[in-house]
Amino acid sequence: MRVALFVTCFNDTLFPGTGRAVLTVLERLGHTVDFPPEQTCCGQMHFNTGYRPEAASLAARFARVFAGYDAVVTPSASCAGMVRDGYPLLAERHGDGVDEQRIADIVPRVHEFTAFLTDVLGVTDVGARFPHRVIYHPTCHSLRGLRLGDRPLSLLRAVRDIDLVELPGADSCCGFGGTFAVKNAETSGAMLADKTAEVRATGADVLCAADNSCLMHIGGGLSRQGSRVRTMHLAEILAATERGAS
Amino acid sequence: MTAPTDRGVVWLGSPTFPDAARTALLDTQLRANLKRATTTIRAKRHAAATELDDWEALRDSAAAIKRRTARHLGRYLVQLEQTVTAAGGIVHWAGDAAEANRIVTDLIRETGETEVVKVKSMVTQEIGLNEHLLDAGITAYETDLAELIVQLGDDRPSHILVPAIHRNRTEIRDIFAAEMGRWGRPAPEDLTDDPAELAEAARQHLRHKFLTAKVAVSGANFAVADTGTLVVVESEGNGRMCLTLPETLITVMGVEKVVPTWSDLEVFLQLLPRSATGERMNPYTSTWTGITDGDGPSRFHLVLLDNGRTDTLADTVGREALACIRCSACLNVCPVFERTGGHAYGSVYPGPIGAVLTPQLAGIDRAATLPFASTLCGACYDACPVKIDIPALLAHLRAGVVESERARRRLPTAEAMTMTAAATVLGSPALFDAAQKAGSLGSRAIARDGRIGRLPGPLRGWSATRDTPALPAESFRSWWRKNRDSDR
Ligand code: SF4
Repeated sequence: MRVALFVTCFNDTLFPGTGRAVLTVLERLGHTVDFPPEQTCCGQMHFNTGYRPEAASLAARFARVFAGYDAVVTPSASCAGMVRDGYPLLAERHGDGVDEQRIADIVPRVHEFTAFLTDVLGVTDVGARFPHRVIYHPTCHSLRGLRLGDRPLSLLRAVRDIDLVELPGADSCCGFGGTFAVKNAETSGAMLADKTAEVRATGADVLCAADNSCLMHIGGGLSRQGSRVRTMHLAEILAATERGAS
Repeated sequence: MTAPTDRGVVWLGSPTFPDAARTALLDTQLRANLKRATTTIRAKRHAAATELDDWEALRDSAAAIKRRTARHLGRYLVQLEQTVTAAGGIVHWAGDAAEANRIVTDLIRETGETEVVKVKSMVTQEIGLNEHLLDAGITAYETDLAELIVQLGDDRPSHILVPAIHRNRTEIRDIFAAEMGRWGRPAPEDLTDDPAELAEAARQHLRHKFLTAKVAVSGANFAVADTGTLVVVESEGNGRMCLTLPETLITVMGVEKVVPTWSDLEVFLQLLPRSATGERMNPYTSTWTGITDGDGPSRFHLVLLDNGRTDTLADTVGREALACIRCSACLNVCPVFERTGGHAYGSVYPGPIGAVLTPQLAGIDRAATLPFASTLCGACYDACPVKIDIPALLAHLRAGVVESERARRRLPTAEAMTMTAAATVLGSPALFDAAQKAGSLGSRAIARDGRIGRLPGPLRGWSATRDTPALPAESFRSWWRKNRDSDR
């Protein structure tokens, strides 16, 4: 199986550790992972903000760059969702420059990282050890978009020495919503305030999720409030071993 | 989409959503009222939906019926006109709000009456009927309890099912005490904020209206094409009074409310109450077919309203919004609505459905901030009994807003310039790499402990309550280049 990492432009730029963690986990499981350097962005921000032609050319680039791979793995539920739900629409509506067949070929090969582990590789125990109190926030795109359900939690439950506690009100949105947090910053902030209060009340050391964008939002709030709760992509927990985090 | 003329729907002069929301967020009383109300109704809806084994199958059926009806809407409407007419009703067609208002005013004038009672109806709010009637010297009395609170308080509805959801009982007591006397029977002097007392005061106030009114105006939840039957679903029984006691009944209905057959109601009458109030069945379901001698009104008029609906139908994506049965589940589960309340949407239709329906009915330039009033979290889609993919519609309408801006302006907006620049950078790995390096240097220069605090300009709102991480020294791609590429 030829596996490629789609790290996402966001992680590439802001959270390179998440990309390295995905490599660590997949390589530990015996897979070789390639990083095609021509990759950039899936087009989600443009698509969700209404800039469809721009999103369409980024989609075309994505389909071209990843064309030869059996599986494209990405540590972002929202980018995986963009490919799955947005690309067919873009192919249908912005035909020029977007190769419909190529899009149709690539869509089913793109996997969100946790779903790739549980559904494609069929593993839940990836050999991790992480002796901390952890809460998991199911981001909206993991929960209601990709319907990841229990998959991320099943991976976390298999981590040695983890103290996994429940986050109350976990299924409510943190208020990020991409450009929503800029265009409607105050409304977004009101949602964030409720989320950070729930997070802090759990007494957890680490908040994890399957998407760094929401984590950056919640983490940005926690940091401003002076909270000591750390935010970490779930992949980084799965990459951690007895010898400490990768 | 061309800018339509007088369609109502939006409240003229309303601020944009972000501005209105900012004001609403400061109202702690409003936030508390909304939080309490939405939390209760969410739990009830969830319980009522999940207790049915075939809930998902019901949703699928409802979605299929609504979409099929929309595809053949013209046919079912003509059939409805025939069946209603055959049953003794008179059907009128109204292209827009102004025409519907004119028709209803003329019909009331023909009766010689100057007062009418009303059944709660969204569509008459949409066309601004009460205000129009008032200008024509006709007083319309709202008889739904929450609608009465809104009318007495000279207020606007903030929710499609519970128009006074923004009020708590103390506020309601004060409105009743101060205003009932001006509209009819005053509230008792010693009225308290006990819910039973408030309901009794409303009952006494309204009773006289029901017994004297000769004309009623209603909306409709459904109209059955094959039988000509109209359906109104409600909780209080006040609608039933209006629908049965007066001599003349005028029903205004959006054309999308038609369903093909009587048996289709089986699906909707299960979904609607469970989604709306979290009840297995609503207390009152009134159905009537034309007129019946010696039973109920002796004159029945049905006004079929377009008001932007056929334009909406022409958009094969956007038309999904016409499947809405106005249950309000999407409002109740929406985290944005919960914080801002309904008035911030500046429209008769607030919340998620309002954000997709308003721009389509009123014209996208009249509600350009509404499609952006959502995080696309998807809670609405999951709750919607007719499976309207509201997040997908929002994204679709956002593209419409951007296109409309691009067509109207000679110079691009700051946002459009940023987006174009971003697309150029992301279109080239070399430019992207260079931008990452520049961003890393720049952001680390202004960061402290790897975090950036308050920022000016468009990021001011964001950075007021959130720190932003500085870009790390090394992007993933440069790490890969150094550590992995050379191995190969
Ligand atoms: S869009 Fe769906 S959930 Fe919202 S009011 Fe309409 S039917 Fe109900």
